[in-house]
Amino acid sequence: MTKISMTVNGRQVTGDVEGRTLLVDFLRENLRLTGTHVGCDTSQCGACTVHVNGLQVKSCTMFAVEADGAEVGTVEGQQNADGSLSTLQAAFQEHHGLQCGFCTPGMIMAASSLLKVNPKPTEAEIRHHLEGNICRCTGYHNIVKAIMAASGQDVSKIAAE
Amino acid sequence: MYAFDVTRPKTVADAVAALAGEDAQALGGGQTLIPTLKQRLASPAVLVSLSAIDEIKGVCQDGNVLSIGGGTTHATVAAEAGAYPALAALAANIGDPAVRSRGTIGGSLANNDPSACYPSAALASNATIVTNNREIAADDYFQGLFTTALNEGEIITGVKFPIPQAANYQKFVQPASRFSLVGVFVAKYADGVRVAVTGASENGVFRWSEAEAALSASFSAAALEGLTASADGLINDLHGDAEYRAHLIKVMTKRAVAAAK
Repeated sequence: MTKISMTVNGRQVTGDVEGRTLLVDFLRENLRLTGTHVGCDTSQCGACTVHVNGLQVKSCTMFAVEADGAEVGTVEGQQNADGSLSTLQAAFQEHHGLQCGFCTPGMIMAASSLLKVNPKPTEAEIRHHLEGNICRCTGYHNIVKAIMAASGQDVSKIAAE
Repeated sequence: MYAFDVTRPKTVADAVAALAGEDAQALGGGQTLIPTLKQRLASPAVLVSLSAIDEIKGVCQDGNVLSIGGGTTHATVAAEAGAYPALAALAANIGDPAVRSRGTIGGSLANNDPSACYPSAALASNATIVTNNREIAADDYFQGLFTTALNEGEIITGVKFPIPQAANYQKFVQPASRFSLVGVFVAKYADGVRVAVTGASENGVFRWSEAEAALSASFSAAALEGLTASADGLINDLHGDAEYRAHLIKVMTKRAVAAAK
């Protein structure tokens, strides 16, 4: 076992992990932060997307020991300080950017990572950015729409009204 | 996954020492290796993570050569390799954003997946693969399916790309994996044109020499009209048969020439 420490959503945490412990398992099992989902476990679906030192990663495809000393952000850290939904989360709700909701934590983390570097993405840029996040319910249209709305853009002409 | 330890050396020297241990395996960004471990297709005793070694990260230009550290992520190459726009564009379209945050150029070249993007850029640019103890020309480096000139325990510390006069990479994406069904990298230098094809051959990346000769004589898509890429030895699978891939090689090469800048 290796002792690791990191900052998760602004909180300092420590834990003992095996070499093979994935970051997602450390988050879910050790820290009980179960908002981060395991969808496929084969690095395809993106439901486990988190931020490590500000970068979007699949937490099922990174070992916990590699995040030793890092700043990690999960979907639990996305809400506003008063506990209300962030602009992005509220837009997903408003524009029906989810059905079963299983992919939503990954979608939110991927989208917030996009909006940090590209505050007004085009529809094509959003779709390109979401290539590593799979949703089996929505057909993506309302997810794209929610992200455009969250970035303050007019979505009245986006498909899937 | 079988159980293993993970070490995180901070220098190349410490990593080389750690890799000398029994059943030790280097870990780059892990975007291929970790899924492989999950399937129990590999069982190292120790993984030597290269992600904490700062001396093998970064992009720097020295005259007409762009040097990229072996531990540099695809995202960093996409953002910082502006001196070689075709290379930066290639990096920006590998996998997806999360893969680009972790995956490294050294890891990609060491793995030499037959459908990976980077091998085509390295071969078309006649890049030099720099390791902890020698330099290897790209023409000598790629030796077949998942096979390279690297020895056990040898680490790619950097890659030196001669910057071409014009270049472009065209990838016909396999939509489920984001790997190339066929990818063609065309690079035009003062002494000739090089064309490298990935995704197509059962032996991994290769140069299309007939196209190189035609394009060296006349750098235009029209110069390729009379050529046909051979389907011999090309991958034949449910995503596309060998004839289809051969057809795509020519189409992608023409597109790359037309878009080269």
